[in-house]
Amino acid sequence: MSEPILKLENVVKSFGRNEVLRGVDLDVAPGQSLVVIGGSGSGKSVMLKNALGLMTPDSGKVFFDGQDVTQSTGKPREMMRSRVGMLFQSGALFDSLTVWENVAFRLIHKERLKRSDAKERAIATLKKVRLGSEVAGLYPAEISGGMQKRVSLARSIISEPDLIFFDEPTTGLDPITADAINDLILEQVRELGAAAVSITHDMPSARKIADEIAMLFEGKIIWRGKASDVEHSGNEYVDQFVHGRASGPIQPAM
Amino acid sequence: MSNVSTHKSGFPNPLRWIGAGVLGTFAEIGRLSTFAGRMAFAAVTPRWFFGQIWRQMIQIGFYSFPVVGMSAVFIGAALALNIYSGGSRFGAEQFVPNIVVLGITRELGAVITGLMLAGRVSAGISAEIGAMRVTEQIDALETLSASPFRYLYAPRLLAAIISLPILVAASDIIGVMGGWLVSVFSLDFDSATYLRNTLDFVTTDDIIVGLTKAVVFGAVIAIMGCYQGDRSQAGATGVGRAATLSMVGAAVLVLATNYIMSNLFAELGL
Repeated sequence: MSEPILKLENVVKSFGRNEVLRGVDLDVAPGQSLVVIGGSGSGKSVMLKNALGLMTPDSGKVFFDGQDVTQSTGKPREMMRSRVGMLFQSGALFDSLTVWENVAFRLIHKERLKRSDAKERAIATLKKVRLGSEVAGLYPAEISGGMQKRVSLARSIISEPDLIFFDEPTTGLDPITADAINDLILEQVRELGAAAVSITHDMPSARKIADEIAMLFEGKIIWRGKASDVEHSGNEYVDQFVHGRASGPIQPAM
Repeated sequence: MSNVSTHKSGFPNPLRWIGAGVLGTFAEIGRLSTFAGRMAFAAVTPRWFFGQIWRQMIQIGFYSFPVVGMSAVFIGAALALNIYSGGSRFGAEQFVPNIVVLGITRELGAVITGLMLAGRVSAGISAEIGAMRVTEQIDALETLSASPFRYLYAPRLLAAIISLPILVAASDIIGVMGGWLVSVFSLDFDSATYLRNTLDFVTTDDIIVGLTKAVVFGAVIAIMGCYQGDRSQAGATGVGRAATLSMVGAAVLVLATNYIMSNLFAELGL
């Protein structure tokens, strides 16, 4: 197996007395699509934020392309982020900017491209996610939730990253739009040859976009295997989650 | 928040309460100071986002002009009336123009503008930044290699410290005109004499004192707005609480820094 592009080593994160991550070990190879499943409040988003450097682990290490980036700031952090894309659960589009300005944000503000050139690239990237140039001048509040997800996807792929994080990419979407988003994720990740780490509790989405699936439970990865093996994992926690049963070892979050 | 322990009898331990309160206050001051330092560093070092600074100057300065102007005219008018009625007790009515211009330029123009903007601008900044925090827009900025300190906070700080002196200068003029209006049309002062007394009495130092205060108030208002917004907790309640805290904090700090600066200027003989 080649050197992982992302590796989490015994990552621990607590908020006060609430231990959210209790020693997460995870690695993702270049070009691999890993989906992390887990119930609400299992620490999936916290794990993602630690991997991205939006939070710092209490202990443990995060490696990006072999470099320890756990505590890195400044240039090393910027170098990492220039190779990473992120699709947020809420889309997280800047509501004071138009759609194309959102998509081209990094090109304008980091790569210092001329606005006209950046707009051209933004419109080309919007086409990749099946959005026409007519939406480019609209504001996020003027487009639907599904379109916002596509715009966010376009923003995450425009600088051709090596690793893309997807935080609940299909949450809040109807099944048809969710499937369309899954198709776009698959298509774009394959086209870029990027690795992808997605977190979700949407099993149809997980089955569709994952090469491998890992399950996070009570702050630890309790199972990992091929996506095709998830239905017969032999793990009672995974079985309960995958089949959506209220009864079993996992207590529903009520 | 630390848990407050209780005696075995079940009553809260007051020493622990006091200790937790003192430690919490110091921790908050430390966090605010660090945040303000990072904002100041981002404001004085490149790269500057001039488009953002301009946009914030319009929001903070231009759109605040009506409320500042209306406050100033009424403060100036009320000041003239009060000085006239108080001064008449010992035959000092003729000092109305002198005291109005002194009170407005050295103190009230800056303080009233600072307080109005603590409400209008600091709470607005806090609500906007808070909404961006809870909808992950600030996280998104960071993942796009843009520092929120450079892109969001420094432009607001620069815009506030540029806009406040301009607003205070306008407030000074309008406030003095408020006093003039009441004095001429209600208290039977001669218009030309009133204006001559005003211009003869006011000094450059008086104006500099007011404008210097304005710069500090601008910084206080922007820092409190950004700080509370950045620390905003999830949900509408969290954003609303951040707006309230920033408004109250900015208003108290405007009054406190005003007192400190008034002392300092008195020491310096200004």
